[in-house]
Amino acid sequence: MANLFVKEELEKARKLQSEWEDDLNETFQRNPERLSRFSTVSDKEIQRIYTPGDIPDFSYNDELGFPGHYPYTRGVQPSMYRGRLWTMRMFAGLGSAEETNRRFKYLVKQGQTGLSTAFDMPTLMGYDSDSPRSRGEIGRCGVAIDSLLDMEILFDGLPIDQLTTSMTINPPASVLWAMYLAMAENRGIPREVLGGTIQNDMLKEFIAQKTFMCPPLESVRLIIDTVEFGVKETPRWNTISISGYHIREAGSTAVQELAFTLADGVGYTQAAIERGMDVDDFAPRFSFFFNSHIDFFEEIAKFRAARRLWARIMKERFKAKNPRSWWLRFHTQTAGCSLTAQQPYNNVVRTALQALAAVLGGTQSLHTNSLDEVLAIPTEEAATIALRTQQIIAEESGVANSIDPLGGSYMVEKLTREMEEEAMEYIKKIDDMGGIIAAIERNYPQMEIADAAYQYQKQIDRGEKVVVGVNKYDEEEDIPVEIWRLDPQLEEKQLQRTDRVKNSRNNRKTERALKKLEDDCAEGKNVMNSLIAAVKEYATLQEVCDVYRKVFGEYRDPGLF
Amino acid sequence: MTGQRRLRIMVAKPGLDGHDRGARIVARAFRDAGFEVIYSGLHQTPEQVVAGAIQEDVDLLGLSSLAGAHLYLFSRIIEILTDKGAGDIAVIGGGIFPQDDVPRLKGMGVREIFGPGSKLENIVEWVSANIKPRE
Repeated sequence: MANLFVKEELEKARKLQSEWEDDLNETFQRNPERLSRFSTVSDKEIQRIYTPGDIPDFSYNDELGFPGHYPYTRGVQPSMYRGRLWTMRMFAGLGSAEETNRRFKYLVKQGQTGLSTAFDMPTLMGYDSDSPRSRGEIGRCGVAIDSLLDMEILFDGLPIDQLTTSMTINPPASVLWAMYLAMAENRGIPREVLGGTIQNDMLKEFIAQKTFMCPPLESVRLIIDTVEFGVKETPRWNTISISGYHIREAGSTAVQELAFTLADGVGYTQAAIERGMDVDDFAPRFSFFFNSHIDFFEEIAKFRAARRLWARIMKERFKAKNPRSWWLRFHTQTAGCSLTAQQPYNNVVRTALQALAAVLGGTQSLHTNSLDEVLAIPTEEAATIALRTQQIIAEESGVANSIDPLGGSYMVEKLTREMEEEAMEYIKKIDDMGGIIAAIERNYPQMEIADAAYQYQKQIDRGEKVVVGVNKYDEEEDIPVEIWRLDPQLEEKQLQRTDRVKNSRNNRKTERALKKLEDDCAEGKNVMNSLIAAVKEYATLQEVCDVYRKVFGEYRDPGLF
Repeated sequence: MTGQRRLRIMVAKPGLDGHDRGARIVARAFRDAGFEVIYSGLHQTPEQVVAGAIQEDVDLLGLSSLAGAHLYLFSRIIEILTDKGAGDIAVIGGGIFPQDDVPRLKGMGVREIFGPGSKLENIVEWVSANIKPRE
């Protein structure tokens, strides 16, 4: 392999470094190093300094190359931010479809360039607002969607033929997507132009986010139905957003986030191939979603390692021929779990650093958390600051002037290599278990994450890891922050609306459509067409999900800790 | 503490909220502190939480909520506990609560609320100091 470094230079540097270390060690005898251990938030130990000696066999062309070229370490698109900035896509959802529609329009007016939808717990779990299980939960952590009517209101007046829409939805993703497609069709927008993403990643639900409905195999079957449909009908739509964000939020390390996400990607690839699709048909529309946490360089290395590792997996393991199959395109969200309720204005700074890391890591799309994220749904003001954070990075900081500006940093390249190697070890382990579904059934990734989370909490409690405002610089008095409050009438209004929907639709047609869906589910047919037909008859979310639950069964949390 | 049996604690996740990182960490901390811990698992209705707490004969019920439905869920749980004659099971809460809601929850009978940033040892200490095994 061709090498970037000259042997004599490496030797000389090694000598000089040795002398430097000796001098330092002498100094540290008198005044010890600042900390007993220097480590990332994932507890990965970091060296005092990184030099060519840490990557002596570095080959620019093999390990990095150029953006838009295998192995994509420097970026998936050839022009990256020189051609087009990342999409500024602020996750939003609150109360009713009307209120969320207003927030969407507000954010677009403030300069966001893509839509992203947060749903409430009942919607996420496939229950209507009038379910007893929804009591007290309607509209609290996102928008309440019970039927096509809500979907129509949600996107009313928004140019969805020009803007892409992301929907963070998992067990009922197929249903919400069917509603979106029906809504667009009713507006005369052809399917082929619709761009967006449904998260639709159940594997990480079992591992981390824990919105459940049906068991793993059946859940994957529904996901592959959407992939199959998307390949034929919606060439601009990402039918899965293979996610690491939630894995990290649940407490994993950066390596685990990377490894389990790509292992999930491998699982979906295998399932789609088993369905009979060609890898080059579906892989170009797999997208990813990562966390951007607080350790700056660890995150940048993670993003770069992710691209290189996925490219290798798709090319070498799955023999994909289309270069677009090798592209790891990703959305990023800054780390919610790193934000604090104490001294909330500090969160603006955390989010800024995390957003910067995501940009330096080459993300395609970015959501920045608001300062009040820990307390409640973001207020307009807080969400605006978060959006401005992205705009300042984009327009003022200069980091988007040049592609992968940290490429070649000894530290970043070394960390990128290590991240890739360590993630591969996990992926191999999961392969040896029989794949990600087998690993999930054994609770392997779940327990790895729980162990990492517990470890980290103990480090915080012991003061080994600092959280400013929480275990250091934690003055007593807190500056109060105005938080968003749910309209107390919302629950009642939503119940009335859904009631009206059920009473004003053609119930015979709805029932017939639901029966057809049930038959398709039971007969192993692709459910998408009958699903779209059912939602067009204003079958509600829960009515459809109850069909899924009936045919496929329900999954229960094993309750391990 | 001679003569007293070990404290029995249920950590529960009522409602649809799936954020269980904190609940499971606190459950581990309770276990490591020597308490008997039962974890309810996710997606428990208020009825299921109470049935579990009574069946397991717990002294303390710790409710975890991060999705904003605490006012309804906690009040419903306390209501059912009282109805079933188990009002002597102490209830505490953990998770995300707007500051204004904390006095309201305590007014309902929640003994203490542990929000973000709470130290595990403080939670354990509080339990040791304030919760005794039921008759």
